[in-house]
Amino acid sequence: MTDTDALLDVRNIKKIFDTKQGPLHAIDDVSFTIKKGETLGLVGESGCGKSTLGRVLIRLVEATDGSAWFGGKDIFSLNGAQMKQMRKRMQIVFQDPYSSLNPRLNIADLIAEPLIVHKVCSSASDMKSRVMKLMDMVGLARRLHNAFPHELDGGRRQRIGVARALALDPEFIVLDEPVSALDVCIQAQILNLLSALKREANYTYLFISHNMSVVKHVSDRIAVMYLGKIVELADYESIFDEPAHPYTQALLSAIPIPQPGARKDRILLEGEVPSPIDLPPGCRFSPRCSRREDICELEQPELAEFKPGHSVACHVFARGGRYQGTYAPQDQIK
Amino acid sequence: MEEALLDIQDLVIHYEKRNGAVRAVEGLNLRLKRGETLGFVGETGAGKTTTALGIMRLLPVPPGRVVSGKILFNGENLLDKGEEEMRSIRGGKIAMIFQDPMTSLNPVITIDEQIAEMIALHSGLSHRDSISRALEMLELVGIRRERAGDYPHQFSGGMKQRVVIAIALACSPELLIADEPTTALDVTIQAQVLGLMKDLRRQFSTSLLLVTHDLGIVAESCDDTAIMYAGRIVEYAPTAELFGNPLHPYTRGLFNSIPKITGGKGDLMTIPGLTPDPSNLPPGCPFHPRCGLAVPECSSGIRAPLEAGEGHYSACPVTLGGRR
Ligand SMILES: Nc1ncnc2c1ncn2[C@@H]1O[C@H](COP(=O)(O)OP(=O)(O)O)[C@@H](O)[C@H]1O
Ligand SMILES: Nc1ncnc2c1ncn2[C@@H]1O[C@H](COP(=O)(O)OP(=O)(O)O)[C@@H](O)[C@H]1O
Ligand SMILES: [Mg+2]
Ligand SMILES: [Mg+2]
Repeated sequence: MTDTDALLDVRNIKKIFDTKQGPLHAIDDVSFTIKKGETLGLVGESGCGKSTLGRVLIRLVEATDGSAWFGGKDIFSLNGAQMKQMRKRMQIVFQDPYSSLNPRLNIADLIAEPLIVHKVCSSASDMKSRVMKLMDMVGLARRLHNAFPHELDGGRRQRIGVARALALDPEFIVLDEPVSALDVCIQAQILNLLSALKREANYTYLFISHNMSVVKHVSDRIAVMYLGKIVELADYESIFDEPAHPYTQALLSAIPIPQPGARKDRILLEGEVPSPIDLPPGCRFSPRCSRREDICELEQPELAEFKPGHSVACHVFARGGRYQGTYAPQDQIK
Repeated sequence: MEEALLDIQDLVIHYEKRNGAVRAVEGLNLRLKRGETLGFVGETGAGKTTTALGIMRLLPVPPGRVVSGKILFNGENLLDKGEEEMRSIRGGKIAMIFQDPMTSLNPVITIDEQIAEMIALHSGLSHRDSISRALEMLELVGIRRERAGDYPHQFSGGMKQRVVIAIALACSPELLIADEPTTALDVTIQAQVLGLMKDLRRQFSTSLLLVTHDLGIVAESCDDTAIMYAGRIVEYAPTAELFGNPLHPYTRGLFNSIPKITGGKGDLMTIPGLTPDPSNLPPGCPFHPRCGLAVPECSSGIRAPLEAGEGHYSACPVTLGGRR
């Protein structure tokens, strides 16, 4: 059975990498759904497992455990040929457009590549017209069709990445830090492009980023990850207005606000993120948490809904419903 | 006017390549008052790092070349100093922190020795005294004594940047130049490092030139802010004034293009086009080809920044006086 509303239904996914130092728990028991046409933002600091999760969902990396249902199909059980068909419907855009593009291919060839691999064009002229149409869609001037990636700025290279992802007319796109390597002016252009495309074609996005302001701007709902686990999940307004998890609160309070005098105080976290090889036994955030109680060091908290659409994984919150003096960033902006 | 700690006048720095000059810094003027923090903002390629390396006299020569201008530090032109004298200024009166901490760390020397070496070089303290001062510095940046004998690779990115801060401040420099010191760090670690720099800067009464592309960092930590575009300062003002009353069309465009945490979900405003290629700068105001307010005069001649109000300078005559 799957959630009927959901285009993507992810259940109890785990990914363990075998490393020299021992098993590395990159994703540990992650579940969520994404509705058709929805954008789910995935935030968290580097190494918390965002990219691994994105790659697992489209099977660029195989999950260790769990299942993912896409349009009612269990994608982890598909064989190679079936997965190839499925891949037309699920695409990814990477952070660094430069390293993900073959430097020897020009723009037209790069955009044609997925069309060729999936043999979707009836003729050379069909292919050419599809490539040109894709270039129009992502705002690349047609005259650039025989330019090479190294001749272009980062924003245009990212437009190529987006065009390649759109080539097969997918339903679902994983956007893995698509604007993190770009300057703010170019970032704004790409964010506008992604929302315009979505308005036109009703794409479903998993938008991965470590930048909270960007994620808030693009997402309908936001999942906050810490060391391989989702610690909080809610609509974008609730995450910012009433963050429930102490980590979400600290993360929000750490964002520098471009408005002099706006920030009154800041929750400074002690120490750094522990290694995903040598994990603390209880709540993974407990070693850095100022609200830690005994139970936090013993038992892992479950992600549980405490009001419709807002889930959190925190023992202290679950017990009290609320902390003393809950912090909301809005309180801090004059 | 009170003498500035750092006063850069009409600085021009080029990188000379076979196919022409890359005009990285084109007539830059910048003043940093004693005890203050100046935010130095601009997009990739604006010339921020080139300026910082120019002050430190660490430009790669060739292809880099200071074509003209002055860099006055305590009233003395650093460009007239010999290499010997510069070596004692660097790490002594002026220290620099880079985005990648490994630029400043030696991978094969333990961190206590690295800090002690810097202290001994500039203060003449004995090895023993330098080591004990190094341990004090490490404590100040929140690194426990037990870890002082570790090598850089044994530390995380945030910890390495703390070590670099300890080295930079070990000789109580008058000026600290920090070039994107937290860009490679996660936001919670960035908050720790910026907080630390703020505390220590006060303690050591060090002035700070903070190079960054993050307007949030500038708003939170800088007294004054300079906006750089295509090798020039286009606007310069006390930070609150700059954010409250941005005048230059580029500054306005930059502010409008960032998603705000308090903002809505509509399309972001964008600046059309791209930053110019510094080996092929347009004539006149370098921003005019992208500027919605440009008038014919903008495409010829360069104007010196004009004073729009108390300490507020803008290079755009069209928007001066806040009429547009
Ligand atoms: N192929 C791999 N082999 C071993 N460890 C990996 C591999 N890919 C990722 N990891 C580890 O998994 C964790 C999560 O990484 P990643 O998903 O890239 O995080 P994020 O995208 O949030 O920065 C990190 O500790 C990373 O070092
Ligand atoms: N060693 C070099 N040789 C040639 N050009 C360089 C060199 N270093 C920097 N540049 C160019 O100078 C301009 C300014 O660069 P930089 O000072 O690094 O800018 P920023 O730090 O603002 O990003 C850029 O166009 C850059 O490509
Ligand atoms: Mg990643
Ligand atoms: Mg730079």
